[in-house]
Amino acid sequence: MQLPILNNAKAYKGARKGATRRSFLRKSVAFAGGVTAFAAAISPLKDMKDAPARSLEDWFRDHYKELSQSEKDILFADLAKDVKDKYGIDVTIGDPRPIPGVEYGYALNLSRCNGNRACVHACVKENNQSRSPEIQYIRVVEMPSGTFDLENGSHNYDEESVPKDGHYYMPIQCHQCADPPCVKVCPVEATWQEEDGITVIDYDWCIGCRYCQAACPYWARHFNFAEPYIPPEELNPDMAYLSNRPRARGVMEKCHFCLQRTRKGRLPACLEACPTGARKFGNLLDPNSEVSQILRTKRIFVLKEDVGTRPRFFYYFDERTPRPRNKQNGGQA
Amino acid sequence: MKQYLDFLWKCFRVSFVGDWRYHLWMFFLTAIALLGLNAWCTQLVNGLITTGMTDQVSWGLFIANFTFLVGMAAAAVMLVIPVYIYKNRELHDLVIFGELFAVAAIIMCMLFVTVDMGRPDRLHHMMMRFNFPMSLLTWDVIVLNVYLLLNLHICGYLIYCAYQRKMPAKWFYIPFVFVAIVWAISIHTVTAFLLVGLGGRPFWNQAIIAPRFIASAFAAGPAFIILTLIVIDKVTSYDVPKKAFTTLRNLILVAATINAFLLVSELFTEFYTDSSHLASTRYLWFGLHGKNALVPWIWTAVSFNSIALIILYLPISRIRGLLSIACVLLIIGVWIEKGMGLIVPAFTPTPIGELVEYFPTLNETLICLGIWAFGLLIYTICVRVTIPVLSGRLTVDSDVDRVRTLPDESNDSNETETETRKECSS
Repeated sequence: MQLPILNNAKAYKGARKGATRRSFLRKSVAFAGGVTAFAAAISPLKDMKDAPARSLEDWFRDHYKELSQSEKDILFADLAKDVKDKYGIDVTIGDPRPIPGVEYGYALNLSRCNGNRACVHACVKENNQSRSPEIQYIRVVEMPSGTFDLENGSHNYDEESVPKDGHYYMPIQCHQCADPPCVKVCPVEATWQEEDGITVIDYDWCIGCRYCQAACPYWARHFNFAEPYIPPEELNPDMAYLSNRPRARGVMEKCHFCLQRTRKGRLPACLEACPTGARKFGNLLDPNSEVSQILRTKRIFVLKEDVGTRPRFFYYFDERTPRPRNKQNGGQA
Repeated sequence: MKQYLDFLWKCFRVSFVGDWRYHLWMFFLTAIALLGLNAWCTQLVNGLITTGMTDQVSWGLFIANFTFLVGMAAAAVMLVIPVYIYKNRELHDLVIFGELFAVAAIIMCMLFVTVDMGRPDRLHHMMMRFNFPMSLLTWDVIVLNVYLLLNLHICGYLIYCAYQRKMPAKWFYIPFVFVAIVWAISIHTVTAFLLVGLGGRPFWNQAIIAPRFIASAFAAGPAFIILTLIVIDKVTSYDVPKKAFTTLRNLILVAATINAFLLVSELFTEFYTDSSHLASTRYLWFGLHGKNALVPWIWTAVSFNSIALIILYLPISRIRGLLSIACVLLIIGVWIEKGMGLIVPAFTPTPIGELVEYFPTLNETLICLGIWAFGLLIYTICVRVTIPVLSGRLTVDSDVDRVRTLPDESNDSNETETETRKECSS
């Protein structure tokens, strides 16, 4: 920038040498001031704890679906090492694939659910959800009897005093829609539906635009607004790449029907934790599974059928007097 | 090529030339932009927790400003239509000011989307895996970038021709002008569709949003251009033809009237039906369950828009002062209506009925102000360079010093932008 100014000075036929020097000095000071101000502006970056990527290769790694098995093995080992570095715990990061001929479905008995939130807490532990800021995949809504409008529900009810008279409880989590709006809107294909109907997220691919969160009619998607905090001693070491491995700041996460368990033949953590037996899970393609039987025999419904998402999460009532603590009706399901 | 680089170099140097007001204005903008950059760095380090956004209201000020600015960018072509379709030659040069603003607005749009992302470091994933045509966001990326290129080409070419003292070759820009007109509608339509297509958000899921978007943008955009022209007319040697103001005022009148009509249609449908889909609308206009953060905003917007409309309908709007007041009111009104008033209520209550209110944080507000300042900085520089070129003082055979020694004509949009500033911060 200095040179042309000197040229200009020549145009003035050198008559104002002193003025030029002064102007040069002024420009230098202004330039230095600008650089300093810019440096000061970007100074918070020095507190950045985590680099965006381990290496350039890491940064330009292909999408999960394009990785070969050997590439995946290296990646999963690297990720396990990262967890070890951060939490001091040895973990395995697996990648269980969908089982052919299986399509998962969930059925929830609203007559039984008593709003104790055992499912919520079990889910947080199993899936290594952030304790601070809190992220929970399941939201139980306390609904006054006689309405289905979720707006009348209470989200912050006290779980010590349930069930409350004149209320029923409606747990809501990802409905694993057959026609998921969240998958449709993702600009980078960071989320997709697998063959067994589970919609997963690649946490290493998500750009954090939160469009899927806007699109989801069930409020099932949750965003890591800050670096998630999990106490190391509470970390679940049995992890899978597309499910419960620790997430980074700035990405989306959601319920995945505990695929690290269910694809190995176990039941979801929320179901195992439920003391009332309100939760049923199984293969929709198997006519003899409990879920299939419930779908055939109970009065089932899906939430917000009108938005056309075709959920794989079904609700049902199984008795005429819906009082879960009423022992004489308990044995029906 | 060398000549073109020489042109850019001259432009760069001219952008530093001006009187104390110009320097003060530029210093002010730079300072705010740097504050914004600082706030963004803080956000990068700590995550979006530094914003007022939550899982419940997951889009806020950033996306609000984005939707507003897409409209402003689209509306820049409103000057083009009378010039090229109705052959209104007098306004020819003024088109360039509109298109330059489109460039600045699109750049601001892109910055607002970038700061809204949780992982801007992964932007390249868009290049590697692009969910087109399913995701409307990918459509938006395409239309905005093409619109930016179109406008850069049109005004870049016209300015460069003026600089070379050449007549622009019609075939090299007129076709692009017509494409840009259609494209302007498309950027706004696509942005509206981005919201309209979400079945889970009844507040957005209605066909009227896209037409309303366009109507309100075509009111606020020309209003901004009027303000810019008033300032250019006042502080520079450039003479803005009177006709420009009349034409633009008439455009605004039509657009603002249609916007008001569409609003009434929308409100009637919602409130007369009185269905459960009304929750967000009720929250916006009257508050819900004792929560009413947006109520004062939307009523401010409605009253500003109405006052502006009344002024514009009366002959007194020929008075410059009143005209600029009407324009400022209109811009603020539309900013609220299309920003906070359109984005936030869709999230309140959440799809499962939880009512959490959104309050932007200081850090978030600083980022917004920073982006506005940066955008206005770009616009000011563009206008600063364009005026001497168009008035023939900066040409291929003249030196920058000619601009320097002539009576100053810089300081394009001081007041205007202070005013828009207010509307951004409010």
